[in-house]
Amino acid sequence: MQKKTGNNVEFKRTEDNALRLSVSGNVINYDNPEFFADLERQITAKPQRLILNADGLGEWDSSLLVILYESIRAAKAAGIECDLSELPQNLRDLMRLAFADDRKPTHGGSAKMPFLENLGKATLDILQKTSNVMTFLGQICSSVGRWMSFRSIMRRVDFWAALEDCGPKALGIVSLISFLVGLILAFVGAIQLETFGAQIYVASLVTIGMCRIMGAIMVGIIMAGRTGSSYAATIGTMQVNEELDALQTMGFSKIDFLVLPRMLALLIAMPLLTMLADFMGMLGGAFVGVFMMDLPYQEYWKYAFNAFNLKNFLVGVFHGFCFGIIIAVCGCYSGLNCGRNADSVGVATTQSVVRAIVWMIVATGIITVVCMELGL
Amino acid sequence: MSKPVAIDVKGLSVGYGDYVLLHDADYQVNKGDIFIIMGGSGCGKSSMLRVLTGLIPPLKGAVVINGVDIATAPAAEVQKIREKSGILYQSGALFSSMTLAENIMLPMQQYTDYSPSAMRELAHLKLALVGLTGFDDFYPSEISGGMKKRAGLARALALDPDIVYFDEPSAGLDPISSHNLDDLIIEINRSLGTTIVVVTHELASIFAIGTNSIFLDATTKTITAKGNPKELLKNPPNEAVYQFLTRGEKKK
Repeated sequence: MQKKTGNNVEFKRTEDNALRLSVSGNVINYDNPEFFADLERQITAKPQRLILNADGLGEWDSSLLVILYESIRAAKAAGIECDLSELPQNLRDLMRLAFADDRKPTHGGSAKMPFLENLGKATLDILQKTSNVMTFLGQICSSVGRWMSFRSIMRRVDFWAALEDCGPKALGIVSLISFLVGLILAFVGAIQLETFGAQIYVASLVTIGMCRIMGAIMVGIIMAGRTGSSYAATIGTMQVNEELDALQTMGFSKIDFLVLPRMLALLIAMPLLTMLADFMGMLGGAFVGVFMMDLPYQEYWKYAFNAFNLKNFLVGVFHGFCFGIIIAVCGCYSGLNCGRNADSVGVATTQSVVRAIVWMIVATGIITVVCMELGL
Repeated sequence: MSKPVAIDVKGLSVGYGDYVLLHDADYQVNKGDIFIIMGGSGCGKSSMLRVLTGLIPPLKGAVVINGVDIATAPAAEVQKIREKSGILYQSGALFSSMTLAENIMLPMQQYTDYSPSAMRELAHLKLALVGLTGFDDFYPSEISGGMKKRAGLARALALDPDIVYFDEPSAGLDPISSHNLDDLIIEINRSLGTTIVVVTHELASIFAIGTNSIFLDATTKTITAKGNPKELLKNPPNEAVYQFLTRGEKKK
């Protein structure tokens, strides 16, 4: 019986019940899916041994090695003896190399697990992560306690550097975005209010909107993307460079040294940036009102100040304060729990931004409900 | 007369969660030794170092340094042990936002009462000891890989430690820098009497500096050889050790 599986690759049964796989001529870019089906059929027929022959072999590439490797593997799996003596020495060497397992995997890697096992693992994972976050928050509280009792090892220079980074250096972007948000709010409001001839109330709309929540939210989003991600990337890179290990083995508290200065800086900067954003938003609204809707300048500011409410303003500033905590915690936590390769720094950075934004929205919801209950 | 023991490792198992890298390790590092932890890639050398330095807890067993088991002792006692230990990481692990002098002064600021000027002079001295005179105000990004390791060593020596650990000191260095670092390790060991523990698989370094060693076998997950590396080469206890020490030659 002889069956051709390609131009120059063929199986042949010998009289003593051996299977001979002969390859000849040029075997370049050999790609014949039928070969593997045929190989399976031939092996299932249980020959006594598999003889690999390469007489008359011309040029060849790795596709020939695949043929030989898969044939030997299938034969070995079926307990069939393999005879490589008819192969040239270099092919024999390559096959020996391919089958020389110097080390077997000691665990299953990331192989698929049954559904229930997966579910259990995911549950344990969530519990572990929750516990880690709680521990982290506890460590921050204890670090703040040490700082208040003058026992913290926080370096003042780190605090000033962090404050400069999230304060003065953020003024430009916060001002620009807040101005544009105020402008957009005014545009959207003006279209609706114009139908009632109440354009002047654009000033009230923008003032209330910016001071109550929009100013804080915009600052939160900008700072999560700008500063929170930078915290995660900086601390994550320190993890990759073993700097965190060095800190730990020198007996320094990573929280005192890395988290506290960043958190204190954000706690100071965020409320101030929120106030700036409120003002810039009102300015953006004024730009639309005065230059595009032809509202009198003094009239616009009169309505704006009338709409200004200290409660709204303080609620907005309180949002900013809370967002500062959230951004610092998410950024530093993601950085400290970063893996030890370059890819994980990117993951940590992304996680810090996503976590911060999600938790800011959750916090906004909670604060809004509480304020409503308190009549604020 | 035998030397006093600096580190006593008893029945130590190293790993992560359920995954055991090495089990039932028993060995002692004598004071003043240059002790090599060697073995092929993935045998658990670096993890062993992380356990010795208290970065990860052992799965089982004890690491006793100056009579204190660092796995179970109270944090304050472990801290005292850490103050008397220095570590040089593979990358140097210098803090990139600080100059070399500030890096070296950092542990001094935390654990000593020196005045700022005294600390600066000490930092200058430590840098001079490792051949980096005049680099006090350089940032890590401004110096080469070999210099970063030297600066890392200067920081490791900041508190005059009893034990200094090295994680793959030759990794990423050219042969001459690697040779110079080996000489520096020997010099520090001789002149300061510091116990040195080196994790490496660089044969040239192992034979050049090692006075005692253990061989970790990834297959059996145990220590399969102990002793002076040169003696182990002369009388290898098994094929794996012989192959490792001869870059894969087969035993005749």
